[in-house]
Order: sequence, then structure tokens, then C-alpha cells
Amino acid sequence: MSTNTLPAALAEIVDDFQALTEPERLQLLLEFSRGLPELPERLLDHPELLEQVVECQSPLFLTIEQERKDDGGTLGYRLFFKAPPEAPTTRGFAGVLHEGLDGLTASEILSVPDDMPELLGLTRAITPLRMRGMTAMLGRIKRKVAAADRLQS
Amino acid sequence: MSYPVEQNEKFAKYAHPERLVSTEWLAAALEGGAPTDGKLVVVESDEDVLLYETGHIPGAVKIDWHTDLNDEVTRDYVDGAAFAALASAKGISRDSTVVIYGDKSNWWAAYALWVFTLFGHEDVRLLDGGRDKWIAEGRELTTEVPQPAPGEYPVVERNDAPIRAFKEDVLAHLGKPLIDVRSPEEYTGQRTHMPAYPEEGALRGGHIPTAASIPWARAAAEDGSYRSREELEALYLGEAGLHEGDEVVAYCRIGERSSHTWFALKYLLGFQNVRNYDGSWTEWGNAVRVPIVKGAERGSVPALVH
Repeated sequence: MSTNTLPAALAEIVDDFQALTEPERLQLLLEFSRGLPELPERLLDHPELLEQVVECQSPLFLTIEQERKDDGGTLGYRLFFKAPPEAPTTRGFAGVLHEGLDGLTASEILSVPDDMPELLGLTRAITPLRMRGMTAMLGRIKRKVAAADRLQS
Repeated sequence: MSYPVEQNEKFAKYAHPERLVSTEWLAAALEGGAPTDGKLVVVESDEDVLLYETGHIPGAVKIDWHTDLNDEVTRDYVDGAAFAALASAKGISRDSTVVIYGDKSNWWAAYALWVFTLFGHEDVRLLDGGRDKWIAEGRELTTEVPQPAPGEYPVVERNDAPIRAFKEDVLAHLGKPLIDVRSPEEYTGQRTHMPAYPEEGALRGGHIPTAASIPWARAAAEDGSYRSREELEALYLGEAGLHEGDEVVAYCRIGERSSHTWFALKYLLGFQNVRNYDGSWTEWGNAVRVPIVKGAERGSVPALVH
């Protein structure tokens, strides 16, 4: 698999992971889990706006918001995640998606291959069950973005 | 047993109190200089492969069920050579007292303890209440990863038969008690995987005929520690209908949750012959022509099982 269909930021993250040994990859995932931003206050008060990804082994909630970009024309999508600190693997992957996809357009987000999590080189260290949770997280984002995009056009 | 056994009122009622330590006991042992002497090794074993790295009990080493204890190719556990290498690398010797703890009421810790027992490690104990209780009590955590001096661990051949059941063993066992520790939805066959967990590819839903449904977490109290002997007796002797001296097989989906129940039956209630069927539902629910019962009733043993 190659990274050439990935948005630039995500491709860079994938390259970073692939350049590392397995223990270092886990360490990097841990850093992403620490880097996952807190929810903004408007969402903290409104848990009903967040949707649970039931396929994840640990509780993970996410939502998206549309945002008009500075150029005035294109619509970008902001991504928001909530996962407990005792689920660092889930948080780590949410962190990867946040850094790699936050603010991008629908077509950029929808171009990410569904099996992108496998590009991180964690399939030996992380159980298949958890890998599927990661794939489900990406799938959920893409479905939500696709639905919002259809409403827009 | 190389390290003093904890004495307290709750543990004293259990059949094998030497298999548990409390958070107080462990904190005192750590203050007293353990595990720097290598006689006591504290092991964290979690479901989440990164949880240990976010902070763990000072001096604790990590053993991951997936990458350390499972064979990478065959659906089996590691062999004696790999286990010896793992134990030695973690500073564990054959005569070490090993205390295991983990997340989710020690679900994975009990699984690791069960694998240690397959190799006949003599003194292996669970930290009652596990990681969550330790943290809830505000006890010390660190992200410092210890670099223990290698332990001396011989290559021991795994002895599966006393505590591990294979599919053929379960077929031969039918008619004797079985405990299904999965969720009620999995037991009835409404679903083949844990609630909120992804589909795991069992083709059939339901339970092994006559199995009693006692979800594993019912053996744990709110704080993650094991329930008292009286409460466990009400659960397994009362509700499940086990009798003293029964041979019992416990199972779940892949054998992890049932390790928690296996521990309760074997060490807390003192059943001599308890086996964990680690093939569990991911094997049984895919196997050809094995009997299955759907619904909430336990069902009966089919006449034509061989």
C-alpha cells in the first residue's frame, strides 16, 4: 500500500510510523493519545451531540462540524473526539485522525482508504479486534462527512 | 511460597488466601524494599497495550497477553522456551513471588495468571481490585520502566491438562457443570460478540448445552475486587447450582473473561478440578456439528454426542 492518496498531514504521520520500530510506534501512538485535544466547552455541555463508535473496545465518542474556510468558499470539517484516559490506544488513534484530517474538505477526508489504519504498522502489536475498532472510527468519520456533504450540495 | 502470605479477614475465608494480595499489602511490601530484591515481581497485564505506559505501580513490569503470551502463528500459548525467555527478561525466577494486576477488574491479569499456572509457576497471586482500585486509593504511579536483572527461569513444559479444556474435552465433559461467563445477549444467541465490541466472527450464537449463565463481572465488587466468599457461594453454588467436588469447565469468547471466573472457582471457592476452555465461543460457535442451545434456558445434553 502506498500513502499517495492520503492527505498530506496524514501521509506524513503514516511515514513517521513506518520509519520506526514496533516499540517506537507504540510510543508514538502514546504521544498522539496525549496530544488529543480536549473537547471545546460547547460540546462538553452537550454530550448528545457526540456519537458513540460502538465498534471500539473502549468508549469513544466523536462528532464533526462544518467550517467555512478563510478563502470564503470551501467547506472544511472539524473533528472532535472524546475517549477516556484509561483507553490510550483508542485515544492515540483518535489523535492520529485528528492531526491528519482536522479541517480538511469532504473530498480529502473521503479519499482516505478504509484500511488506512493498517498503514501504521501496528497490526502485530495491536489485536485484530482493536484494529477493527480503529477502522470503524475512520469509517464513522467518513460516513458522517459524506452525509453532511450530501446535505450541502 | 517465598513471600509471606497476607492475613486478613476477607481473604481468610477463601479456600486459597495465598493467591490474593490487597493493595495495602502490596504498598507495604514496596515500601519495605520489594521488588528490588527480585523475590517479588509485580506484573501489570492489561487489555489496552498502552495503558502500562501511561503510568503503573512503581517497579511493575508489563506483560502483554497478545504479544507476550499468545503464540504468533498457532492459536495457542507460547512454549516453554519462549515463556522462560519472557519471564527471565522481566526479572522473574522460578521461585519468585509474582503479583499480577491489570485493568477491568483484573480480567486480563487473571488470564496472565492462568497462563503462568499452565507453566506451573508456583507462587503467582492477583492484586485484589487491580489497577483501578490502586488508582482509586490514590496510590503511587510512575511512568519509569524498570530494567530488572534477568531472572533465572528454566524451560518448563506447559502442563495444560489440569486447568485447560479443549473442544474434545468439553464434549466429553457434557453432563457435568459448565459456566458460561459471557453477557446474557451472547448466552442466548442474540449476539455473538460482546456488547459494544466488534463482531468477532462466530457463525452460530447461543451456548453449550446445560451451561449456567454467570457473567464474569458478577464475581467482582464495585471496586474491582473479588466478592466475599459468601457472595461467591450464593452465585456459584446457589444460582449456578454447583456442588462441592464438582468438575467444572468455564468458557467465554476467547478464554480471557473465563480466567477471572476460573480463579474464583479454583482459588476462592476451592473447586479442585476447574478448567478454562480457551477455545470458547470463537471455536464452539464455528465448529461443525457441536450441540448448541439458543435462548435463556440451559437446555439438556443431547443423546448422540460422542
